[in-house]
Amino acid sequence: MMTTVLSEKMQSFLDGFPTPENSLQLAAYNRLIELDFPTTRDEYWKYTRVGKISNSKYTLPEKSIRDLSIEQYIVSDQFIVIENGLVRLDLSQFNSSEFNIDFKDAEGLSELADFNANLNNEDVFTQLNTAFFDEGIEITIDNKAVIEKKLQLIYVSNGDAVLANNRLFIHAGKSSKSSIVITQIGESGENCFNNLVTEVIVEDNAHFTIHKIQSDNDSNTQVATEQIAQGDNSTFKINTVTLNGLLVRNNINIAVNGQNCSTYMNGAVIGKNNQHVDNHTFVDHRVPNCYSNENYKYVLDGKSTGVFNGRVVVQKDAQVINAYQNNGNILLSDHASINSKPELEIYADDVKCSHGSTTGQLDEDALFYLQARGISKKNAKRILVSAFIGEVIESYEDETITELIQQLLEKEHGWTF
Amino acid sequence: MAGYTEEELAEELKNQEYKFGFVSEIESDKIPVGLSEEVVRIISAKKNEPEWLLDYRLKAFKIWEEMTEPEWAHVHYEKPKFQDISYFSAPKKQYESWDDVDPEMKATMDKLGISMDEQKKLTGVAVDFVMDSVSVATSFKEKLGELGIIFCSFSEAVHDHPELVQKYLGTVVPSSDNFYAALNSAVFSDGSFCYIPKGVRCPMELSTYFRINEAGTGQFERTLLVADKGSYVSYLEGCTAPQRDENQLHAAVVELIALDDAEIKYSTVQNWFPGDKDGKGGIYNFVTKRGICQTNSKISWTQVETGSAVTWKYPSCILKGDNSIGEFYSVAVTNNHQQADTGTKMIHLGKNTKSTVISKGISAGVSQNSYRGLIHIGKNATNARNFTQCDSLLMSDRCGAHTFPYIECNNNSAKLEHEATTSKIGEDQIFYCQQRGLTEEKAIGLIVNGYVKEVLNKLPMEFAVEAQKLLAISLENSVG
Repeated sequence: MMTTVLSEKMQSFLDGFPTPENSLQLAAYNRLIELDFPTTRDEYWKYTRVGKISNSKYTLPEKSIRDLSIEQYIVSDQFIVIENGLVRLDLSQFNSSEFNIDFKDAEGLSELADFNANLNNEDVFTQLNTAFFDEGIEITIDNKAVIEKKLQLIYVSNGDAVLANNRLFIHAGKSSKSSIVITQIGESGENCFNNLVTEVIVEDNAHFTIHKIQSDNDSNTQVATEQIAQGDNSTFKINTVTLNGLLVRNNINIAVNGQNCSTYMNGAVIGKNNQHVDNHTFVDHRVPNCYSNENYKYVLDGKSTGVFNGRVVVQKDAQVINAYQNNGNILLSDHASINSKPELEIYADDVKCSHGSTTGQLDEDALFYLQARGISKKNAKRILVSAFIGEVIESYEDETITELIQQLLEKEHGWTF
Repeated sequence: MAGYTEEELAEELKNQEYKFGFVSEIESDKIPVGLSEEVVRIISAKKNEPEWLLDYRLKAFKIWEEMTEPEWAHVHYEKPKFQDISYFSAPKKQYESWDDVDPEMKATMDKLGISMDEQKKLTGVAVDFVMDSVSVATSFKEKLGELGIIFCSFSEAVHDHPELVQKYLGTVVPSSDNFYAALNSAVFSDGSFCYIPKGVRCPMELSTYFRINEAGTGQFERTLLVADKGSYVSYLEGCTAPQRDENQLHAAVVELIALDDAEIKYSTVQNWFPGDKDGKGGIYNFVTKRGICQTNSKISWTQVETGSAVTWKYPSCILKGDNSIGEFYSVAVTNNHQQADTGTKMIHLGKNTKSTVISKGISAGVSQNSYRGLIHIGKNATNARNFTQCDSLLMSDRCGAHTFPYIECNNNSAKLEHEATTSKIGEDQIFYCQQRGLTEEKAIGLIVNGYVKEVLNKLPMEFAVEAQKLLAISLENSVG
């Protein structure tokens, strides 16, 4: 039942936050107060409860000059540090001649064509981000620019119960080729909520890659939304590795607007304790002759829960589409659980679409084989797990990043590949 | 064949009327349209029902009133107006013997190809024929009676075996389960009841033909099938319906109970009027089918769905007992403007439970065909095993094929596999057949038959033949 009465939950959540002045943010704010937090009765939140977020009392971040220990997470000589959604220029290091980087507030960003245009305004978290982000980053890649170096964005959550909203707007110009690394880490403090929205426009013939590494603090929550629009002949890749964070939800929405596009999504989740990791991907094939491939692997230990929802839609007349989805899950403990929902919605006929989902445990025979060769059970398990998620890690195609993943894996889970 | 072109054939097929569309004129005992507590009471009174059943209906009606129609399915249709439906219609006369049966009704049965005499002699199938809402004749009853098998209409069972009905009614599908199950529980007219005693292997396929016959009456069938310990039964359900312009609602509930070591095989061929080629008319088929498996038991659902304008149907298994097995084999064909949202739920609760799901969807015309399935592995379902395969075949560039699997695993010793593919018939395959002298239509028939064979093989033989014919009829003129 739709009600026009403001939800109490949303009211108390927003209580104490300033009403935004900028027209774009005000519109989002007004939309927000009409919405309510999703419940498990909402199809796309069926397996994820957001009570930890909606019942919390957050404060908005303030500029700080604290020192942050980020040294160990740096994988590129081009990096921007963002603490609680606010840019720390003092800690960042980048050379603007390759990536054109601009720091703008909502006013500035809203002047850009296509900014905020593709977002779903029914989604509470993107509206929340739009209404309250203080600083946005605009990254433009010139037409025909081929940039070997990766630009790294280091998101640091720091402090107690801070609501961090950062906004990223990326424009990959025609025939350009570039990639960025997004690292989410926790410094100190607890119960922070990182609500990130990234919009990417991949122009015709461009290649653009996002490498994500999520390893926030044990008690921090995160909702990350990536909204991508692809032009003709473009290639977009996104790799996501989630190693820590109490509740992590990734929404990847890709609108394939151009023909002959390729889209790749890879993900690995290594869960422990009472972690909850939810990956929602949505590829919207609107035009003919495209290819998409998705591969998500989950290894869940402790009481962790995983959710995979991969949705592929092939619209009417979007003929000659090849779309593949693969989801593999391994449950290591008695209390871990996984909910997998690979969806295909096909309205055209000349398509090849398939999905596969498997859930199981490590192969007993393989474990025995390794143990028979003198490898301890613990190590044998690790070898098999490494092999299982290895193909996702390989898709990063960068040794420095792989090393960082190893290092975080060591820190969070006590083992490496 | 000279002078008879494929275009002409196509035209002829397009204009072909629904083959089983006829209305037999039989006097019906109708009650006024609409639904209220009063109507529920009238239905109950007309059927001379005991107090407890009336209470059951009234309770269900209260629940239904509170509920709203579900909207989550991937189908779009004009909601039935529940106050414009007549909730009870029974052929007026009751018959003492087969000779007394209205000749017109006999003729209807003949058209359906289930002439009682012929059936008795030739097929060995006992038919419990439902004409609109009240069963009019049941054959082979005595033969079954010798084995202690009870196979009768639901109302008979209420009078003759109230203890069994009362014990099992609503235990698998409670009235509050969903909107349509609640509606059915309140106003169900009749249906079939079947009880197989301990250790008995039912010697023949039990079969019920349902038929919607009276314009404007929804059918609310209730089927309750209990297989006691160590028994086996194979049950067939088949449907055809007369052509109608106005949408008819069908909300049936089927409950299967397989006690320890029992096995139930439930096969359905559904061919209700799907609406004409412009999507006008057709049956709304909102069915709740569910079975519960106790230790070492097995329930197998096989369905061939070719009819109905809108189908909403998820035959499910609750694998409660250890080592129990659930199976679901389905072929769903949609053509023209048909919409189907169908699949299964396998709820694994017991240890070492196994389930297999094979679903084959074929969409043609401008139809929408969805598979929606749930595999749930409970916390204590150690060593649960599931294999799911759902394939979709697209026959036109205007149709849709969708897959919505839900896989929930809460036990780390479970092994689950799910795979789905969606594609159209390869042009090279058709070319290959055509090169060998087959027409395009025949080539497609051949390929489709091969595609669904895995499921049709699970049907009892006589049903498989019928199903194959139905597929051919349903897909006529659908070459995209």
